[in-house]
Amino acid sequence: MTTNAPAIAFEVSRATRASRTGGALAAVFVVFLATFPWWADHGWMREFNEMACYLIFAMMWNLLAGYGGMVSIGQQAFLGLGGYALVVMGNFMGVNPFVAVPIAAVLTMLVAIPVSKIAFRLQGGYFAIGTWVIAEVFRLSIANVSAVGGGSGTSLTALRGIEKATRVSVTFWLCLISAVASVALVYWFLRSRQGLALLAIRDSEIASESQGVNVRATKLGVYVVAAFGAGLAGALYFLGNLRISPDAAFTVNWTAFTIFIVMIGGIGTIEGPIVGVVLFWLLNKYFSEYGTWYLVGLGLLAIVVTIRFPRGLWGYVSHRFDLHFFPVQRRLVLREPPKD
Amino acid sequence: MSAILALDSVSKSFGALKVTDNITLAVDHGETLGILGPNGAGKTTLFNLISGDVRTDAGRVSFDGRDVSREPPHRRCRLGIGRSYQIPQPFGAMTVFENLVAAASFGSQRPEKDTYDRAVEILRETGLLSKANRLAGSLTLLDRKRLELARALSTSPKVLLLDEIAGGLTEHEAKELVEEIHRIKAQGVTMVWIEHVVHALLAVADRLFVINFGQKLAEGEPEAVMNDAEVRRVYMGLEA
Repeated sequence: MTTNAPAIAFEVSRATRASRTGGALAAVFVVFLATFPWWADHGWMREFNEMACYLIFAMMWNLLAGYGGMVSIGQQAFLGLGGYALVVMGNFMGVNPFVAVPIAAVLTMLVAIPVSKIAFRLQGGYFAIGTWVIAEVFRLSIANVSAVGGGSGTSLTALRGIEKATRVSVTFWLCLISAVASVALVYWFLRSRQGLALLAIRDSEIASESQGVNVRATKLGVYVVAAFGAGLAGALYFLGNLRISPDAAFTVNWTAFTIFIVMIGGIGTIEGPIVGVVLFWLLNKYFSEYGTWYLVGLGLLAIVVTIRFPRGLWGYVSHRFDLHFFPVQRRLVLREPPKD
Repeated sequence: MSAILALDSVSKSFGALKVTDNITLAVDHGETLGILGPNGAGKTTLFNLISGDVRTDAGRVSFDGRDVSREPPHRRCRLGIGRSYQIPQPFGAMTVFENLVAAASFGSQRPEKDTYDRAVEILRETGLLSKANRLAGSLTLLDRKRLELARALSTSPKVLLLDEIAGGLTEHEAKELVEEIHRIKAQGVTMVWIEHVVHALLAVADRLFVINFGQKLAEGEPEAVMNDAEVRRVYMGLEA
């Protein structure tokens, strides 16, 4: 009974041994990467930038689909908008392109709010297709705006006055910071009270609603954050690429490769997209010259992994060895063993 | 005594099927109302109408003196309507402790850390303390039922809706659960309890409400209701 029982001594633990050592190692690695501009080859940095964009995009898609249960195949809508927002601000409004990157992400986030009103009317498979259709609407609309070069696209001219070494270094650092920040943001979100609500929604939407969770508002929050991340990835990608076109910005390939990355790495884990991106980078580096056969290979690999390791590669390792570098769980540690 | 929960001529149809037909009922502060009825009588739908999972077609649901008929479920929960599900709906990939923390934090609108003490207390009361770090999806049926109860309690409800919490349990398990529900009742929580395990229900209920084909069949003192000829015929298949 509540009244005269002695209070139970307990604490709530949020960390694991892997998360402590892993955090320290990751910090060292990030500092090492940050020195790239002083000694590394420009080609390496370009490769890193592209993979950083995929990582940001994949982290956000994983948050949306893996945790939020919203399987969108139209996140390229926001990636493309982020890219175009950067180009428009840089070329026409005189905003420094490096400063324009975060602003582009915020603008994309704002666009996601009215878009969600349409997308959220759809469920499951209809939501997936609906989001793709929305992305196509953006692609076709922008292809008809002659100020940004219509269907053939345009170049980011705003960077012309800046020296190449500076441009490459700053772009690289922006990509590095954004990639680390997106992992940190997702980790922080999932550990927060709102993250708890999101995990509850994933497990049972009906029960979370009746336990006081505002399901719609939580999902909207996640959708908007995911759009911010996609916009950020798009702005960074086209900052490095210097050229944008509707077909490059709004291609469904962005989401297709991202689904590959997240599924292979392990959906619904924070480590998964990181593992997936490293694997994707290696495959891309050594096999992409095979063209169509490379894509066929990616597809086959995805099939084999989803059959053999349904939790993804990281999901398998994590489950097998109980290894968690980004623990979101709350473990109850009792000072005395319970009697029941 | 005054009513904390009241349904006023509430109706609900799914297509041509009238699952709740002009039901009026009131539950007083601190009272335990037992709900009986054959399968398909519309008992769970009645709960869905109270908790807001389903909206009424006609009539009014009021709680604590205000009309909540148009409020979404999460608002009704925060006002003080806690519910458990007949088929347990645990947050399966979360630990038992986290299930309670989520319900406590959102159900009573408090920062997460302020709910830990209460969550631990409820874990002990419901006998789940030793399973606090287990994933809810790995629990046995009895523990899932306990978790439904524990999680609903975590939201600090003024009215607790229990949907067949003793169904599917062994005699011994059901007895344990009844003791637990007695303790909750002693704390002053108002309860509405749907149950087919009649002796479990009779051990706690102050009053019974019987429905059949969505309509009220009988209402009143448990003993009088159980002796009612129509109830015996419909519910127990006995000829009076």
